Amino acid sequence: MKKLYPYVGWLLLAIGLLVLAPAVLSDFRLGLLAKYCCYAIAAVGIGLAWGRGGMLVLGQGLYFGIGAYAMAMHLKLADAGPGGVPDFMALYGDAAVPGWWEPLRSGALAVVVILVLPALVAGLLGLAVFKRRIKGAYFAILSQALAAAFAILLVGQVKTTGGANGLNNFQGFFGYALFDPANKRMLYFLAAGILLVSILAMAWLYRTRFGELLVAVRDGEERVRFLGTDPANVKLAAYVIAAVLASIGGALFVPIAGIVSPDDVGVVASIGLLAGVALGGRASLLGPAVGALLVGYAETTLSEAFPGSWSYFQGALFVLVILLLPGGLAQLLGLVGRANAHRGDSASDHSPRGVPRGKRGETEVSRSASEEAAAR
Amino acid sequence: MTLTVNDLRVEFDGFVAIDGVSLTLEPGRLHFLIGPNGAGKTTLVDALTGLAKGSGEARYRTRDLLALASHRITRLGVGRTFQTATVFEELSVLQNLDIAAGVHRARWRLMLPRRGTPEQVAEVLETVGLTDLAEKPAGVLSHGQKQWLEIGMLLVQDSSVMLLDEPVAGMSAEEREETGELLRRISPERTVVVIEHDMDFVRRFADVVTVLHAGKVIAEGTAAEIREDAEVQRVYLGEDA
Repeated sequence: MKKLYPYVGWLLLAIGLLVLAPAVLSDFRLGLLAKYCCYAIAAVGIGLAWGRGGMLVLGQGLYFGIGAYAMAMHLKLADAGPGGVPDFMALYGDAAVPGWWEPLRSGALAVVVILVLPALVAGLLGLAVFKRRIKGAYFAILSQALAAAFAILLVGQVKTTGGANGLNNFQGFFGYALFDPANKRMLYFLAAGILLVSILAMAWLYRTRFGELLVAVRDGEERVRFLGTDPANVKLAAYVIAAVLASIGGALFVPIAGIVSPDDVGVVASIGLLAGVALGGRASLLGPAVGALLVGYAETTLSEAFPGSWSYFQGALFVLVILLLPGGLAQLLGLVGRANAHRGDSASDHSPRGVPRGKRGETEVSRSASEEAAAR
Repeated sequence: MTLTVNDLRVEFDGFVAIDGVSLTLEPGRLHFLIGPNGAGKTTLVDALTGLAKGSGEARYRTRDLLALASHRITRLGVGRTFQTATVFEELSVLQNLDIAAGVHRARWRLMLPRRGTPEQVAEVLETVGLTDLAEKPAGVLSHGQKQWLEIGMLLVQDSSVMLLDEPVAGMSAEEREETGELLRRISPERTVVVIEHDMDFVRRFADVVTVLHAGKVIAEGTAAEIREDAEVQRVYLGEDA
C-alpha cells in the first residue's frame, strides 16, 4: 500500500494539470502554466541528479539552453522556408545561414539534436569530472561556470544566435501556427504530458536497482567503490538523464514562451531551476516538479504585485528552505504522514536526510539498551 | 586463493608507513594482524585495496593488486571492511546486501527493480543473523550489527579474501564471541585477515598472528608463539604507557 502512495500523488497532479487547469484557467494563465511545466521537466532531472545522486547541478541552464536553442534555430529555419534565411540574420548578419545551422532545418534532426547533444555534452563532461573524483562544491562551481560561459558565448554571437536578444518571433511549430489559441492549448498539453511521463519514468528509475545504487553512491561514494562498482559510472548515468530532461524542457519552452535568450540559460536561470527543486523536496518523487510549478507561479504573482523584487523573494525562499526544511515540502508531508499512522518505515525512501525514528522498539538493540539504562 | 605480498612499501610525504613488508595470506585459516598504534596495519589493508599507493608487489590470481583500481580489486574477489562501519544508513539491510551482490549481476539488470529477496542474500542474512532486521534501515542497527552487515556484504560478494579492520572494536563481550564464531564459520573456504587490538580475542580465535611494528613485520606465528617472542614483548611493553 505504501508503495502506491507516490502514485496517488501523481494521479492528483495529472488530474490537476490535464483536467482542472484547462477548465478554469484563461488562455493567458494556461500559457504561463505551460512555461512552468517546462521548468518542471528540467526540475525532475535535477531531482534525480541532486536529490538522489547528491550532485549539486548548479548549471542545468546549459542543457536547458542546448535544447532551447536547437528548437529555436529549427523554428527560425522552418519559418524562413526551404532555403530561406531567418529574419534576424538578414538584419545583423551577412544574410547567409551558417553551415552549423543547416542540419536543424529538418524537424526530425532537430529532435535528435535536442535528445542526443545534451547527452553527449553531459557524458563527456561527466566522464572528465566524475572519473577524476571532482565533487561537492567544486563540481557545483564548475557546472555553474559552464552555464555562465555558455550564456556569454551566446551573447557574443549576435550574427548567428541573436546575441543578447536571443531568438524570438516564431510563427509556427512543426506546421502548426503559434498564434492560434487552439495550438497554444495543444502545446500546454504536450508540456504537461511530457512532465507527467517524465515523473513516471523517475518513479520507475527510483524503484530499480539503479535507483538504490544511486542513493548508495550519494550517501557513501567511497564505500560503493569497495563493493566493486565505480561510482563515477552511476553518477554519470544520472547526470546524463538530468541533462536530457533539461534539454527537453528547454525545447518545449521555446514555442511556449515565444523567445529564448541568454537570460534563460545563464547562471540566474540555472539557480531558478534549482529553487523549485529545493522547495518541493529534492529527493522525493513529486517534490521537484511540484516545487518548480509553485516557484513559477510565485514568480509571476509576486512580480505582478512587487515588480522587480522577485530575486529577493527567491533568495529568501532558498535560505528558508535550506535552513528550516532541508527536505522541502515533501518533508512536511512526510511528517504529517508519520504522525497519522505508523508507517515511518518506507518514508525514509523519500526524505533526503534522517531516518525516521520511532516505532522500532524490539529491533533497536542499542537504543533499547540505553533506554533501560536511563530507566534505572 | 593465496595472496602474496612482496616487499611492500608505502610512503606519505617522506614518512614511511609500510617499510618492506612481505606476507603470505593463505585460505582456510584465521589470520590476525596486530601491532601498536601507527604500526601500519590499516595502511597495509589500504594498500592492498587501492586506497593507498604502494610499491612492491601484491600478487593475487596472477594480478598485482597494487596496480589496480579499488573497484577492480573488489571484483577480483578481495573485499574489505572499515574501522568505522560504513553502511548505507538510509537503505534497508536487505538493500545494502543487494547492492553488494550487484558485482555478480549483469549491468542491464540495474534497470529492473529488485523483486523479493535474492537467494544468496537470504542465505547471508541467515549467516550473519540479521534476517529479522532485513527491512530496517541500516542506520538503526547497533554498532555490532553494522559490522555484521559489513561482513555480510563481503559474504554476499563471495569475496575469497576478506580484510577486516577491527571488526569487534566497541562490541560487547557477547557480540565479540558471536563475531569470533562467525569468522570461524566463514574462514575454512576463504582467506580471512583481521586487524585487532584485543589480545584476548586474538588468543581465542587466531590461527596465525602477524605482528607489525613501525611498518615492519617483527614476528609471525601462533598466538602462543607470539606471546613468547622477546621482541614482541619489548615493543608492547615499551608502548604501554
